[in-house]
Amino acid sequence: MDGTIPIVRTRMAGRAEEVLGMRFDVAIVGAGVVGCAIARELTRYRLTVALCEREVEVGLGTSKANSGIIHGGHRAPDGTLKAATEWRGNQLWSDMARDLPFGFARIGDLTVAFDDDDVAYLQRLLEQGLRRGVTGLEMWDAERLRREEPNLSEDIVAALHAPSSGVVNPYEACFALAESAVRNGLELRTETTVTGIERGADGFAITTDRGTLHARFVVNAAGVFGDELARMVGAEEAGLRFRKGEEYLLDKRLVGFVTRVTFPCPSPTSKGILVTPTYDGTLMVGPTATWSEADDLTTTAAGAEEVFDGARRLAPGISERDCIAEFAGVRAVAADEDFAIGHTRVPGFLNVIGIQSPGLTAAPAIALDVIDLLAEAGLALEVRDDFVPTIDAPLRFAELDPDEQARAVRGDPRFGRIACRCELVTEGEVLDAIARGARTMDGVKFRTRAGMGRCQGGFCAWRCLRLLASSQDVDVSAITKRGGRSWIALPRRDDHAATEVEHA
Amino acid sequence: MPDLHPWELPRRYDVVVVGGGPAGMAAAVGACEGGAERVLMVDREHEAGGILQQCIHHGFGLHHFKEELTGPGYAQRYLEQVLEHDIDVLTDAYVLDVDASRSVSVLSGRYGRTSVDAGAVVLAMGARERTREAIRIPGTRPSGVMTAGFAQKLVNVAGYLPGKRVAILGSGDIGLIMARRLVLEGVEVVGVFELMPHANGLTRNVVQCLHDFDIPLHLSTTVVRIHGSERVEKVTVAPVDEALRPRMHEAWDVDCDTLLVSIGLIPDNELARTLGVRLDPVTTGPVVSSTMETSRDGIFACGNTVHIHDLVDWVSQESRLAGEGAGAYASGRRQAHDNVRLVPGTNVRSCVPHTITTEREHTVYLRVTQSLAPCTLRLGDVYERPLRYVVPGEMVTVKVRPRFLESFHGGALRVDVVPREEAGRE
Repeated sequence: MDGTIPIVRTRMAGRAEEVLGMRFDVAIVGAGVVGCAIARELTRYRLTVALCEREVEVGLGTSKANSGIIHGGHRAPDGTLKAATEWRGNQLWSDMARDLPFGFARIGDLTVAFDDDDVAYLQRLLEQGLRRGVTGLEMWDAERLRREEPNLSEDIVAALHAPSSGVVNPYEACFALAESAVRNGLELRTETTVTGIERGADGFAITTDRGTLHARFVVNAAGVFGDELARMVGAEEAGLRFRKGEEYLLDKRLVGFVTRVTFPCPSPTSKGILVTPTYDGTLMVGPTATWSEADDLTTTAAGAEEVFDGARRLAPGISERDCIAEFAGVRAVAADEDFAIGHTRVPGFLNVIGIQSPGLTAAPAIALDVIDLLAEAGLALEVRDDFVPTIDAPLRFAELDPDEQARAVRGDPRFGRIACRCELVTEGEVLDAIARGARTMDGVKFRTRAGMGRCQGGFCAWRCLRLLASSQDVDVSAITKRGGRSWIALPRRDDHAATEVEHA
Repeated sequence: MPDLHPWELPRRYDVVVVGGGPAGMAAAVGACEGGAERVLMVDREHEAGGILQQCIHHGFGLHHFKEELTGPGYAQRYLEQVLEHDIDVLTDAYVLDVDASRSVSVLSGRYGRTSVDAGAVVLAMGARERTREAIRIPGTRPSGVMTAGFAQKLVNVAGYLPGKRVAILGSGDIGLIMARRLVLEGVEVVGVFELMPHANGLTRNVVQCLHDFDIPLHLSTTVVRIHGSERVEKVTVAPVDEALRPRMHEAWDVDCDTLLVSIGLIPDNELARTLGVRLDPVTTGPVVSSTMETSRDGIFACGNTVHIHDLVDWVSQESRLAGEGAGAYASGRRQAHDNVRLVPGTNVRSCVPHTITTEREHTVYLRVTQSLAPCTLRLGDVYERPLRYVVPGEMVTVKVRPRFLESFHGGALRVDVVPREEAGRE
């Protein structure tokens, strides 16, 4: 196609008034990875589907702030919904990755043993995995481990290798799922907070801060707000509590230092600190696990100490000095620690909450289970023949060879202008991300990597701000980091009066 | 620039200068004066001038032009020289790669992705600011935490304000300048917090930007926590002990909606790194000779890419030298080999250039680790001279003349800055 890379234009959100009073077959509340996966599955059928998200973009809550691990399927305790969905979910990620562009690689994981008790635990994990049909599990002795992962601690005596495990860029997966679903007719309503749900004779009236919409079925995928949503309609709550995890990202210098996700054996008090090579190869260490408030995204000095001590136990060469970024995420944890998925006492209202680890792994399996539950509840499923499973992969200029780069620029000179120099992201890619639905600086950053590198946005922030503003035909002062009051710049003093209103 | 076919740049230049800031402009002019006929200067911004374009305050050029200019004014002086010398200026363009045979890969919306062969290359990419992430401040990650340089661009170039109530972490020059700038814009600046017991920026900036505007400077104090879920709501600050550990029981909260970070600059030298140029572990920039040539033949470097300067005047001076070296190299005139290697000794953090000759006069730029006043600069045991004072925040420039080194026959030469009494005793 002669090097022309068209910038796709996808309608991600219509005007609020358009959906006022509209009737949908299914409304999903919460556009995390679970909500997005359910939405996309539903668009395979002749249905009208709405997805409401309180944040300005999809996937930027718990789904963004986690380790991005696709677990091997051998770890969740027997008899739980986690165990029932983990291995199936693991397998389904391959199908999704075939159709949708997001970073996914089966790099394998290791659970490592430091003593005889740990070895016994590995044995139990191995048997549990074999029972569930997890393939490729293998016990490694110290010598084999040394050969495969020379930078892990010499105190490790054995390891259980699960080659089916992988890592995913979880936010990219959410963006791709949502984009695919929108392409197939999903009505995505971002910046839409559900404030009330009422069950009437022919379904639900869902009140939001942007008007009311109607749906025959409601799927509660509201993450940390799951209980709050259930309460609105009188459905069962899951007794959600919140567990915060701090994660620390290390410099590119350490790419390849550890090549598989590495778990310690859990202790009675802690699930342990992992060393995780992200899809891009950079190492991430964490998470902590402390009870917190639903909105506590702070990192702490104590958390950093716990994480680096834990990481050094696995790989002694890791140091705080290599940290380039840090973040925290909150998992919604049900009272029984399992997923809370199923019908509720309110017919037509389904709970899909308490989705903590391994929720990311399980998400595609959960989506299929939810379709079955909706069918049980009376939703007629008629398969469409015009469902398009794929979306175009965004161009990644930095990954092209020189000839491809030359062709890309000839096709569109905007690929010839660098926006972010640390990660070599072009203006063309930023504009493409905006066309695909990015509305905020974080939306651009997590779609393109602009601002993720060493300078953390020092140079590219202004360019991205300007592009976001001009493509949405708004002033720079209206652009936020991630919605709400996360504004970045104010108009000059003379215009303050106008601003007071906007940012009040 | 001549009107060229849309997808073609000339295939060959005598000298290609990477970066069109103060270093790049002086190097390009220097290259012409050094004998180069065809010189290309590449800059990523829409117009050349670099960071000077956002430095609208005055105080530039006192040494070089013997008058006080603003940043854009200083840039304009050099741009005029660039144009007089018929230097090709390619803006909105980005150098992706330079290889050891000096083939320069250039990306531009106008000329596409292309490569240019250069007789010599000058690396003049400048520096980037250290960020919040580099020092791991606990707390939340709201909007409103930004580098002082980004805030400067917002205010001076884009015409926006970073916030209404601003705290500043670090007393680097950009932070000090921005403290004053924001007050002039009607923004409340609640204070500057500096981890070290001394200010990091120039003394004149501490006086003119903070003292004159009653902005408090809290030395030996740092930000220990950032609050606010969407936008910064406040920061917690605490004094630190001698080991720079926060004394948390003495911490207090500072209400603000913005935290500017001004904690230093880092040479931007990804190109030098990929080229395999030898780097100085202290400056993190390339090791350079007296003509600013790196360890790779025909690859020169200058300005903040090599080491962080306080004054643009010294950048211009050093970069002209680099340009002249590159021009001479491209014209086949190699200069005399350096025979003196400067070794940072007592109280000297870094010395640039790293080698000099005993034949010519050189300007050597030093950074010290500790403040001393009065003190003595010593070059080995062959030369010494008194200095009124030295502070880590201010670069020391020393002219080294051939006669100083008459009794020196080459090799390693130790550079010390010691208290005056100590020097006297010996």
